[in-house]
Amino acid sequence: MRNRIYAIFLRQLYLYRHSVHRFVVLFFWPPMELILWGLITVYLNRLSMANFNFIPLFLGAVIFWNFYIRIEQSISVSFLEDVWTRNVGNVFASPIRPVEFIFGLMLFSVVQAFLSFAILLILAQLFWNFSVFQFGWLLAPFFLNLFLFGWTLGIIATAILLRLGPSAEMVAWAMPAVIQPFAAVFYPVAVLPMFLQRVAWFVPLSHIFEGLRAVVLFQGFNAPSLFLAFGLNVLYFIIAILIFHLAFRSVRKKGLLQRYSEY
Amino acid sequence: MQALQVQNLTKHYGSVKAVDGVSFSVGAGEVVGLLGPNGAGKTTTIQMLLGLLEPSGGEILVMGKSFSRNRREILQEMNFSATYASLPGNLTVKENLNIFARLYGVIEPWTRVLEVIKIFDLEKFAKVRVGRLSSGEQSRVNLAKAFLNRPKVLLLDEPTASLDPDAAERMRSIIKKQAKEAGSSILWTSHNMFEVETVCDKIIFLSRGRILDSGTPLELVKKYGRKNLEETFIALAREPLENRHEK
Repeated sequence: MRNRIYAIFLRQLYLYRHSVHRFVVLFFWPPMELILWGLITVYLNRLSMANFNFIPLFLGAVIFWNFYIRIEQSISVSFLEDVWTRNVGNVFASPIRPVEFIFGLMLFSVVQAFLSFAILLILAQLFWNFSVFQFGWLLAPFFLNLFLFGWTLGIIATAILLRLGPSAEMVAWAMPAVIQPFAAVFYPVAVLPMFLQRVAWFVPLSHIFEGLRAVVLFQGFNAPSLFLAFGLNVLYFIIAILIFHLAFRSVRKKGLLQRYSEY
Repeated sequence: MQALQVQNLTKHYGSVKAVDGVSFSVGAGEVVGLLGPNGAGKTTTIQMLLGLLEPSGGEILVMGKSFSRNRREILQEMNFSATYASLPGNLTVKENLNIFARLYGVIEPWTRVLEVIKIFDLEKFAKVRVGRLSSGEQSRVNLAKAFLNRPKVLLLDEPTASLDPDAAERMRSIIKKQAKEAGSSILWTSHNMFEVETVCDKIIFLSRGRILDSGTPLELVKKYGRKNLEETFIALAREPLENRHEK
């Protein structure tokens, strides 16, 4: 089992070794977004009459949001790599189980997310003297929850791709944008209209970002947000694995794996 | 014990019967040719044997074990190569083989990778990306991948289709040698009747998802009173169509 999970991890690692453009996703777009938001916060700080520093609020949000996106897209886009190279048939004709395939992608997402995270931390420290480490271990449990939800949505996006075919590629890219309004990344849930607040309650990211904001702004620990996020995450993660299994079974039954393979 | 037993295998897509109650077996160390015109159900059959497609009915037994109940264990003892199913072109030969060696649970993967690279004369391409190789070279990489786990059952779908006659001949002898060493039984599809006559102990002829006939190449040629297997193929391939028109 370990060998097969490692094989999937290795496949992604080799891909990075060979193509510079894959590093753009890691080392270009996230820093660009950070720089953009950094400049906006500097401007807001100058405009603001109150003695309030927007930098931790917005830069923290950008860093954590990017961390989540890397986790989610690392899974769905890694699957797309196999779709683009028409390798899905080769992989699933081997003894690998769908869950091992997913675990391999999850493992790679950890590396990718931390690499991107490290770059953003360095830039934030360098340009705005902002470090998330100043908040200590209070952020760690929320971090874990970001992983769980990133994996969950990555697996669901992959299941949708598997079931609907390569034409549904947009799902992989659009998923974060669809979820972002309810995630309360840059504003508290209370800002949303009441009916959207109800939707946001079911989105673990909203609880995670409420918790992260409490740490960043007040150095407080929002335990209810953490437990809610974790509960929802565990539930959704189990559902995501089930959805992937069902999608895989359906694709095998209908002969749809041929869409991703010469075979 | 038969290496591969297929019993009443069926695949229906609604009212379309892609494979319709096919039964056959491949003995230990035997090479069986799966022939038939385009759309006969060969690829569908192979996809079901590889677990890429779920049968609508019937059973597949590999080394006496039910495929549906022991999928992972059985796939570890199987492998396949198809000319039109290349490995990812953006990775090198060595990288691709390393990944598949691990996927197939090969013990000491690097050692085995270097072995198959040598066997299939791929040393000078080891660090070249598969996408940059000619189709013939890619076929050799596919075959090298197919032998990584010394499979007990090997499915080859037109393995020499993209090779010139000389390379095809050399590849056939390597396949036969490696299959003998690994004790592999082979299900081999090809449209090259000379190749089928040369390598196959037995032939199964499929048409419209059903087995029309089976036997040794010589038996079939004699039975249909043709000069060679090519003519026999044409006769068999046209027969059901003509019968259908008459009805």
